Amino acid sequence: MIEHLVIGALLTFLVVIAIGIIVLRDLLAAVVLLGLYSLVAAGAFIVMDAVDVAFTEAAVGAGISTILFLGALSFTSHEQKPRGNDSIVAAVFVVITGALLIYGTLDMPHYGSAASPAQTHPELAVRFIERSAGEVGPPNLVTSVLGSYRGYDTLGETVVVFAAGIAVLSLLGLRRRGSPGNLPPEAPGSAPGLTPVPAPHDPAAETSGAIDPATGPRRYARQRHRVLQVVTKLIVPFVLLFALYVQFHGDYGPGGGFQAGVIFASAFILHGLIFGLQRTRQVMPPSVVRMLMAGGVLIYGGTGAVTMLLGGNLLDYDVLAHDPLHGQHWGLFAIELGVGVTVTGVMISLFYAFASRRSDDREPARDADGSTPTGATTGAGGTPRAGDASTPGA
Amino acid sequence: MFDWLVWLVSWALILGGCLFIVAGGIGLVRMPDLFTRLHAASVTDTGGAIVLSLGLIVQAVFVFGSAMAAVKVLLILFFTLFTAPTASHALAKTALLSGQVPVGADGRPVLDSPETAARLARSRPDEDAR
Repeated sequence: MIEHLVIGALLTFLVVIAIGIIVLRDLLAAVVLLGLYSLVAAGAFIVMDAVDVAFTEAAVGAGISTILFLGALSFTSHEQKPRGNDSIVAAVFVVITGALLIYGTLDMPHYGSAASPAQTHPELAVRFIERSAGEVGPPNLVTSVLGSYRGYDTLGETVVVFAAGIAVLSLLGLRRRGSPGNLPPEAPGSAPGLTPVPAPHDPAAETSGAIDPATGPRRYARQRHRVLQVVTKLIVPFVLLFALYVQFHGDYGPGGGFQAGVIFASAFILHGLIFGLQRTRQVMPPSVVRMLMAGGVLIYGGTGAVTMLLGGNLLDYDVLAHDPLHGQHWGLFAIELGVGVTVTGVMISLFYAFASRRSDDREPARDADGSTPTGATTGAGGTPRAGDASTPGA
Repeated sequence: MFDWLVWLVSWALILGGCLFIVAGGIGLVRMPDLFTRLHAASVTDTGGAIVLSLGLIVQAVFVFGSAMAAVKVLLILFFTLFTAPTASHALAKTALLSGQVPVGADGRPVLDSPETAARLARSRPDEDAR
């Protein structure tokens, strides 16, 4: 009873947040609401005992996609353009589609119904619950289903993540060898001559208090947020450790390659936000990231190829060891590793692709010694970036 | 008797934590400017998190008999106590840097201009002393 109340409240929240996202003209607030939407959805999943899904939703939806959306927003205005007159035909069409969708759900089994086909079919829930411990092994059924029973699907998902990463990289432009940045030729500020020459360290200029809305806080942030730097240094190793735990503990508890990859990447993104892209690139060079992107898919597909060469079907892990259960264990380990590596690579490279378009990140790392480039660099396109000018106040 | 005591203590702590969080939420809506709102919001992350986690730890150890769960809650609490105040700090400092002037109790700005606010945020005693 209480569960139904909680789920009802959470779903109501979801509807309210969704309406808010549609109505809001301020894209920055909409992005934050989108993260909140994912967080509330994750809460609902937890109440429904779907911890693996909740974990993914929290890590991907509330965490990393919010950051990537904010990164995308930093290239554009954070105010939605006013639309023209909404056509009545479109409204009628949307209403009809929505009504049809709701009509379609009427035939679906009720929430938690024990009589639903998924629960009663002998080859679905019944088989997973009764026989997966003997056929696949891990106590976490989700891992068994995801990695072994429907390993094809997960292979497809990994390839989709990889393909999405490639697509975004080809849209934003791959970093050219030897060039400091990867701005497309038409963007202003990409010519080498326009890169501002750093002025020598000048404390007076720094403390003069002049505010340039386009550069002021952001220019300052990188060099002087000492508290953020110290806390980041403290936190990053533990985030990486937690990612490894999630990666290799997925057989026993909620977790697995997708969540671990996102958490692993978020540690590098945090490092990049605080210390500057240049220094993160020294830790994790873009060439390595690209290798990770492809390497994970290679590990996953390679596992399938090995099982075929050993005489089994594609992704039939039984043949990997003398004991089928051991074979399943090796197979799950390998494909989860593949998923984690690809997701890490794609997420970091997406962040690199967004962040390296910002002019202040394309300068060489001279932040460490405290000298401050004071040249007036505006963002790509000279637009004041979202977050700079938007200080919510009374 | 002991069960009863555990129940009382843990639920007092959990409800106390909820009280902090509700108070923080009300403050977030009612406070006049960004800095006081931030103050209200940070009560949620620190006071609320500490008290609520303590209640959960008592429950984990004495009701569910799981020391591991208690350790995990404790780790989450430590993580929150590191990150939440840092986030508040970053937000407040960025607001000052972009010229947001705090408002005093009488409703008037406590600094004369946005430039003063930005200069205040930029000043660093340890370097200026050199």
